Amino acid sequence: MNDATHADASRADAAHSHGDTHGHGSRRGYLIGFLLSAVLTAVPFWAVMTGALQDTQATAILIIALAIVQILVHTVCFLHVNTRAEGGWTLMAYAFTAVMVLIVIAGSLWIMYHLNTNMMPMPAVEMGAPS
Amino acid sequence: MTTAALGDDPNVNPTFYLVEEDEHDHGHEATGGGTLLGFWIYLMSDALIFATLFATYGVLSTSYAGGPVPREIFSLPLVALNTAILLVSSITYGFAMIAMQERKLAAVKLWLIVTGLLGAAFVGIELYEFAELIHEGATPQRSAFLSGFFTLVGTHGLHVTFGILWIGVMLVQLGQRGLHVENQRRLMCLSMFWHFLDVVWIGVFTFVYLLGVLR
Repeated sequence: MNDATHADASRADAAHSHGDTHGHGSRRGYLIGFLLSAVLTAVPFWAVMTGALQDTQATAILIIALAIVQILVHTVCFLHVNTRAEGGWTLMAYAFTAVMVLIVIAGSLWIMYHLNTNMMPMPAVEMGAPS
Repeated sequence: MTTAALGDDPNVNPTFYLVEEDEHDHGHEATGGGTLLGFWIYLMSDALIFATLFATYGVLSTSYAGGPVPREIFSLPLVALNTAILLVSSITYGFAMIAMQERKLAAVKLWLIVTGLLGAAFVGIELYEFAELIHEGATPQRSAFLSGFFTLVGTHGLHVTFGILWIGVMLVQLGQRGLHVENQRRLMCLSMFWHFLDVVWIGVFTFVYLLGVLR
């Protein structure tokens, strides 16, 4: 195979091989992702703006659940994270980051909430007074 | 075998050469792969930045300091419009990627321009929202809640702004050099960046706006 044909061949399958290593998906995949996320966006806005569920806590749980589902839909349909991309390393990095994100957010909220509730209210005089 | 013998052996160098040559053969795929994975890891570190900002906002989100509360200042129809714009810009960028796969340069440029305009509309509406808030006295200095809000949403908006800048740069690159392998790789990185920002926005509209109004 000479250089020219090789270049042509590699150019011809460039899209394909890139698709294998880090796919950019098909029209169908993007449309499915778009339709799913349109629904997953519309429902929480509808629930909050109309107050359809009456119960605030139920609404909160619903919209958080839908947000998590939508993040997963975007990850699969738009970011194309799967077990094959980059030999699974994008998925590994993604999973690791997800764990870190959860620890940072949940940990901060947990610690700061308890700090707030357990701190004794301190009179201003005491705070400013020299020891 | 001594080191000198290794270096002098004429069979050794060609072996090294062949390895390089071999790498170069799927060079496009290999470098593209390395860059894409590297860029992905950058995005994951960016996700951690947003995680800290979300955590900060979460901790401060009820510290109103007697100032305005979310229900009073957030306009959900505006946020819904912005969310829709960003979501549509995601699919238009997807169409640009599909056009790239089909090697249609004009279509790639067209979809990139559409995506960039949608991104600009998003940033414009966000700036309008910020201006309204500041006009009402809901400035970042007003309360810890507002500081956290402006930092989190502003950082996302800044990312989108740089994404638009990148789209502009890609349009120039595509105009000058067309859809060669390097530009394809850059477009794929930009694709990840753009879709990643949409993922972050899901967190913003859910946890900041919707839950804020519910509270």
